[in-house]
Amino acid sequence: MINTDTLHKIANLARLEFEPADEAKLLADLNKILDWVAMLQEVNTEGVEPLIHLSEEVNVFRADVVQNQIEREKALWNAPQKDEEYFKVPKVLDI
Amino acid sequence: MNNLLEKYEIVIGLEVHAQLQTQTKIFTADSTEYGGAPNTHISVITLAHPGTLPRVSREVIEYAVKMGLACGSSITPYNVFARKNYFYPDLPKGYQVTQDKDPICVGGKVSFKLKNGELHHIRLHHIHLEEDAGKSLHTNDSDDTLLDYNRAGVPLIEIVSEPDMRSSEEAYYYMQEIQRIVRYLDICDGNMEEGSLRCDANVSVRLRGASQLGTRVEIKNMNSFRFLQKAIDYEAQRQMELIEKDEKAQIIQETRTFDPNTGKTYGMRVKESMNDYRYFPEPDLTPVVISESWLAQIKAQMPTLPWEWQQKLKNQYGLSEYDAGVLTDSRQVVEFFAAVCQFTTQFKAVANWINGEIKAYLNDKSLEMSQLPISAQQLADLIELIAQNQVSNSVASQKILPQLLNEPHRGALEIAQTYNWLLENNANALQQAVNEVVAQFPDKVKEYQKGKKGLQGMFMGEIMKKTQGKADPKLANQLLIKALAEA
Repeated sequence: MINTDTLHKIANLARLEFEPADEAKLLADLNKILDWVAMLQEVNTEGVEPLIHLSEEVNVFRADVVQNQIEREKALWNAPQKDEEYFKVPKVLDI
Repeated sequence: MNNLLEKYEIVIGLEVHAQLQTQTKIFTADSTEYGGAPNTHISVITLAHPGTLPRVSREVIEYAVKMGLACGSSITPYNVFARKNYFYPDLPKGYQVTQDKDPICVGGKVSFKLKNGELHHIRLHHIHLEEDAGKSLHTNDSDDTLLDYNRAGVPLIEIVSEPDMRSSEEAYYYMQEIQRIVRYLDICDGNMEEGSLRCDANVSVRLRGASQLGTRVEIKNMNSFRFLQKAIDYEAQRQMELIEKDEKAQIIQETRTFDPNTGKTYGMRVKESMNDYRYFPEPDLTPVVISESWLAQIKAQMPTLPWEWQQKLKNQYGLSEYDAGVLTDSRQVVEFFAAVCQFTTQFKAVANWINGEIKAYLNDKSLEMSQLPISAQQLADLIELIAQNQVSNSVASQKILPQLLNEPHRGALEIAQTYNWLLENNANALQQAVNEVVAQFPDKVKEYQKGKKGLQGMFMGEIMKKTQGKADPKLANQLLIKALAEA
């Protein structure tokens, strides 16, 4: 069961904001999802390795050769905030 | 501090980040070159554009494996990458790709000697691969943070030790040894100023004899050996004093930074929830399987490591522990030593020349061993000239070597001949010089004959002057004693 505290924690981790009025609906939705997952968990998966990759390919390597770099002007094209050289974001503290 | 150290024990574990010196980033083909103009070494993958797929390079895997092999770690055969989720603009994806449950190398150890010669072994917890983050610039005159993504995605290995160190000196030598190993392996340039090698230190203190560890504090991102040592000393002192003042509760598990200007550490007050990284396997990257045969190939590429060289220098070349230690500081130096020894058996002399004159010259000119103008053969020839008594040691080091370094296309013998620096071991020519000197000082000869044997040095000095230092000292001495007796 997801309670209000967990809801707020998840929202904070995902940097999401919501109206207090929506809280009850979000809680109900999230718990419905968990219920559905709980159903899946009824399947006996003993001895079954978790499936991480849909493809069975391994060792898909790339040569260590510089290529496909993007010009700075193009790279900055879609940035909402920028100057001639840098991407700009609202001031953050260093971590 | 000393009094407190009798009561408390410092416990240190280090997380060292080493930048792998591949041409391209860990999962994209952007250049890893240091010092490029901002945002010029980037690609759509680095910028996290939709629809892009990362791919690892073979080199990145091999470099990490080499580090593991050098440290005696076991190599993980099946590797998956993981996403470490956090919102911070230094990585546009919103997560860092790293390894979580099965790091590429597990266990192993790093061994080094302290200043007093004491041998220490520090166990490794693991070594994992991850991508570096971009650089944030905070300016005072603006409300913005500027971002340069050139460094985002640069390949790193993180070498995580067990909390096995008990002093800042140990941490210092551990870090130096890591630097030496990555340079021998040629997987990282080891440059701390440019941030290719940097470390976080986990520091705690406890009463001596206590079995439980104290609360640990993580000091972030130190990029010099000296700062690492200072930061640990300051932090340990701060913790011991808090416990002494009965304010133990003020030691909290937190991240602190070290300010080199004040020599102090400062808490960073990061919110607790920030550390909920919600790791999960990275589905965009295929697993990396390191087969037995691939591992054997990598093993075959391993260079001789410093401790293996030291054994060889002692057993095969008969060098002292000290000489072996100094010569193996760098791979270039010890390899040059071995190259010179292909042309001469004067091993001890070769060690002295390299550790003395050659290193002094390189330091003076700020050159690397690879930039030395003369070849191994040329140095060997010079050393052979001395061994064969054709030139004196002092003429060789003070005159021939400098000239050889100026005219590296010429040989040592040719230079000695051109400048007339060969020892006069022609008995006739020497005899003449001896006779002249004896004739020049009749009074001194009498004094000598009356028993003032100390004058022999004066006569030798005069002979050396006359022959411009080229007289073979042994032969000159014999001729002199004879001439003085007969005068």
